[in-house]
Amino acid sequence: MRSIFIKELNTFFSSLTGYISIVIFLLLTGLFLWVFSDTSIINYNYASLGQLFTIAPLVFMFLIPAITMSSFSDEKQRGTLELLVTKPLTDWDIVAGKYLAALALAIIALIPTLIYYWSIVQLGSPKGNIDTGAVIGSYIGLIFLAGIFTSAGIFLSSITSNQIVAFILTAFVCFILFWAFDFLSQTPLFFGKMDNFVKGLGIEFHYDNISKGRIDTRDIFYFVSMIGMFLWLTIVSLDKRKW
Amino acid sequence: MSIKVEGLTKVYSTQKAIDNISFEAMEGQITGLVGPNGAGKSTTMKILTASLTADGGEAYVGGLNVSDDEMKVKSMVGYLPESNPLYPTMYVKEFLTFIAKIHKLKNASQRIDEVIESVGLTKEKHKKISSLSKGYRQRVGIAQAIIHDPKVLILDEPISGLDPNQIQEIRQLILKLKKNKTIIFSSHILQEVESICDKIIILNDGHIVADDELSHLQKDYSQAIVIEIELLKSMSKNVFQDIDPTINFVKSEGNHYIIEVGSGEDIREAIFDRVVADNNKILSMAMQKKNLENLFKSVTKV
Repeated sequence: MRSIFIKELNTFFSSLTGYISIVIFLLLTGLFLWVFSDTSIINYNYASLGQLFTIAPLVFMFLIPAITMSSFSDEKQRGTLELLVTKPLTDWDIVAGKYLAALALAIIALIPTLIYYWSIVQLGSPKGNIDTGAVIGSYIGLIFLAGIFTSAGIFLSSITSNQIVAFILTAFVCFILFWAFDFLSQTPLFFGKMDNFVKGLGIEFHYDNISKGRIDTRDIFYFVSMIGMFLWLTIVSLDKRKW
Repeated sequence: MSIKVEGLTKVYSTQKAIDNISFEAMEGQITGLVGPNGAGKSTTMKILTASLTADGGEAYVGGLNVSDDEMKVKSMVGYLPESNPLYPTMYVKEFLTFIAKIHKLKNASQRIDEVIESVGLTKEKHKKISSLSKGYRQRVGIAQAIIHDPKVLILDEPISGLDPNQIQEIRQLILKLKKNKTIIFSSHILQEVESICDKIIILNDGHIVADDELSHLQKDYSQAIVIEIELLKSMSKNVFQDIDPTINFVKSEGNHYIIEVGSGEDIREAIFDRVVADNNKILSMAMQKKNLENLFKSVTKV
């Protein structure tokens, strides 16, 4: 697994994928947070990083599919998957190595945003007036959210040998997972208990919970099982090549 | 460390890629898998490397069942897939390091240098794979297959698409590796296999149509001769049959005949007299020993 992980990270940083992903992520979140007047923290008048955690999922929705789209589809197209599967590696080694490398790239893109946190700590009145608990919770939520998006991306990349198809499918699935359940629960189709159940299927509900700084096992369970499900589906899809 | 295949069958949707084939490949020998395209060579190799699951039968590598001991089999097999897939953006040494890490080799850097030297990539080791010519890429493919010094080497069409010099070099390389290894080598070109293999298995349409040591096959077919004749005017085939009843027509087209003489007797003189007696003229006549090429043609119906 380690060899695949290192190889994938090397691939990200030996091509432009890695650098572009990080720069675009920082550029977009930076612009929304500090420059665009509608969403700028400067005009918000509260010492809060809330805007970052509203924008970041949107940016990830496009960025993560771009990171994961080549993961398996490229190997399939070039035939190198055959090389990997005939080496002494389990399917799990290959899937986990690729998954963790893509997730690591997303997390690396997040690290520089700690500067935003530091800036707000400095800008607060009095200095340091920020809900640190909520920020920590939000970061954890964001990492889990990236975890689900990445696992979905890896899976969808394993079912096609066309990178563009993998990108579009992943962006679509991330969109559905994040928002669609919330919209759906608001329709008159669902009411009462069903309302909350449908809402709970989406990522946003759990992400909002965890962003408040309250780490609930139910939310963690949701995130972990979604990631587990997509990775398992990837293994199933890889196994299909044998038949 | 041999390879044994028993009643192996693989079905793609409705088409049988290989149908109940059995064979053995011994250590210290190069076994050639020959057959026209689509005969089932690659399918057989993929099953032996555990990248495909057979629908019937068993495959053993080094005494281990491929489907039961997948990981052990994978770590003792070196495999060069047909299209020689590589990562074009990687450097030669980087790629081989990656493969060495997968195999968890202990003295990896030393072994990588050894392999790079033995396949003749010393000058190219710091180049990007995408910038290499086809022959050098093929060497990188062979290097990744032998990096862990596998007991079993499976090479799917290792010399197709190379120029004659490269073919010669790769051939030498494979012969060098032969000692203590079981090598299976596939090709759709018979001469390639004839020049390098100890044993030949001819596959056609998913069936084994010939399986013998090369020397036996050559001996069996060394007796017969083939005569190619071109006449001015065409003649009845019976005329030749009268000369020697063991004659077998491989081809007869207009005034052009290829005949096979089973008895091995040189009947050119008799043919000449007979043709002249019929007031016909011979434009050309050539005799060849019957070779494996003809066997291949006859069993694969080309």
